[in-house]
Amino acid sequence: MAAVDQPRPIRAQAEGIVMQELTPSQTVGPFFGFALPFPEGPIVAPAGELHIVGTVYDGASQPVPDALIEIWQPDATGTFPTEPRPDGFRGWGRCGTDADGHFGFQTIKPGPAEPGSAPHIGVVVHARGILHHLVTRIYFPDENAANAVDPVLSRVSGERQATLIARPDGDVLRFDIHLQGDHETVFFDV
Amino acid sequence: MTAALPPYRRDGMQAHPPRDHAAYRSTALRHPKQPLLPLPHSMTELTQPMLGTGAIGELDHDLTQQHPGEPIGERIIVTGRVLDGNRRPVRDTLVEIWQANAAGRYIQKEDQHPAPLDPHFTGVGRCLTDNDGRYRFVTIKPGAYPWKNHLNAWRPAHIHFSLFGTAFVTRLITQMYFPGDPLFPYDPIMQSVREESDRQRMVARFDMETTEPEWALGYQWDIVLRGPETTPPDPDEDH
Ligand SMILES: [Fe+3]
Repeated sequence: MAAVDQPRPIRAQAEGIVMQELTPSQTVGPFFGFALPFPEGPIVAPAGELHIVGTVYDGASQPVPDALIEIWQPDATGTFPTEPRPDGFRGWGRCGTDADGHFGFQTIKPGPAEPGSAPHIGVVVHARGILHHLVTRIYFPDENAANAVDPVLSRVSGERQATLIARPDGDVLRFDIHLQGDHETVFFDV
Repeated sequence: MTAALPPYRRDGMQAHPPRDHAAYRSTALRHPKQPLLPLPHSMTELTQPMLGTGAIGELDHDLTQQHPGEPIGERIIVTGRVLDGNRRPVRDTLVEIWQANAAGRYIQKEDQHPAPLDPHFTGVGRCLTDNDGRYRFVTIKPGAYPWKNHLNAWRPAHIHFSLFGTAFVTRLITQMYFPGDPLFPYDPIMQSVREESDRQRMVARFDMETTEPEWALGYQWDIVLRGPETTPPDPDEDH
């Protein structure tokens, strides 16, 4: 994280480049299921033995059947793939929620991407009713020592930290996403 | 270990709509009420999967050629450049689109709008941008459609766009609108964007240069994703 925290000149400003005129975000809408999900989408690593499953809930604790989850992670050595790999590891996955709000990915556990950071997976949440996608992270329950010093996780208050850490559930890890409410997931301003 | 990558610019982000926008009713239970936690950009945020390479079919960019017959409706060409906030082209990036047919009906089974399906139109397209950041689709102008947000609610005609850009933090899902649509002032989704100048950046421009005689009307629409705070010199650019 050192590289990120140290101040750096903003060359765009130094060069007099004007403010970014970004194209605004809009909701993915209710009707994307025929277009964006694809059969291999949830398979981040074809040989992966880690299954991460979850349910997306709204502020009334009702499952969200029209959400689209995307994840991005490095391999076991902490390296992000920059091109297709022989073993099919892609680092990226996409899964729409089903009628019960469920999603699931087949992957491997990532290594730490940077010194001092705990292994984690980046998560993007799109849905009907979400005008600008939400960003969160999945951390791992067997990484207590690394989680305790992770520069992001350690800044989250104790009881909300739990929303960022997947929990063992039989043979899989469970990571439920609460868009709102008592168990609201921690989302990040990126 | 990869060399340190620059973080992405945070200026201009107010162009995105607030997540709590009461006029769009579905936001009520689907926006976080806790403040978002600022996240310094680390490798997870600064890297990006290469998507689409080798997976784009020859006809994926032409939504009028994906079935044996021609779809009904007004054939159009939609093209433009994907740029970053520093006005650099975003090359080889996956652009995905999806839309309703000319009658305003999606093929998705949940869409119950009593308008006809078109057996010759799926409404899904994909392409990669070229070296200039340019994408190009041939499609059918989508129809407006009703939705149940409020009494007599109609969405202006739009094409949904999904883009990845150069980093995890440049992800964008948005909608492209057509110029002069009378439904703009009544649409809470478009109106969720606060500033008129920002809303206008979601509206394509009719372009006679893109229009092809005896064939299709042309629309130009550039998409601007976040740019990095510092940019390396671009080898393909004259300075
Ligand atoms: Fe739509």
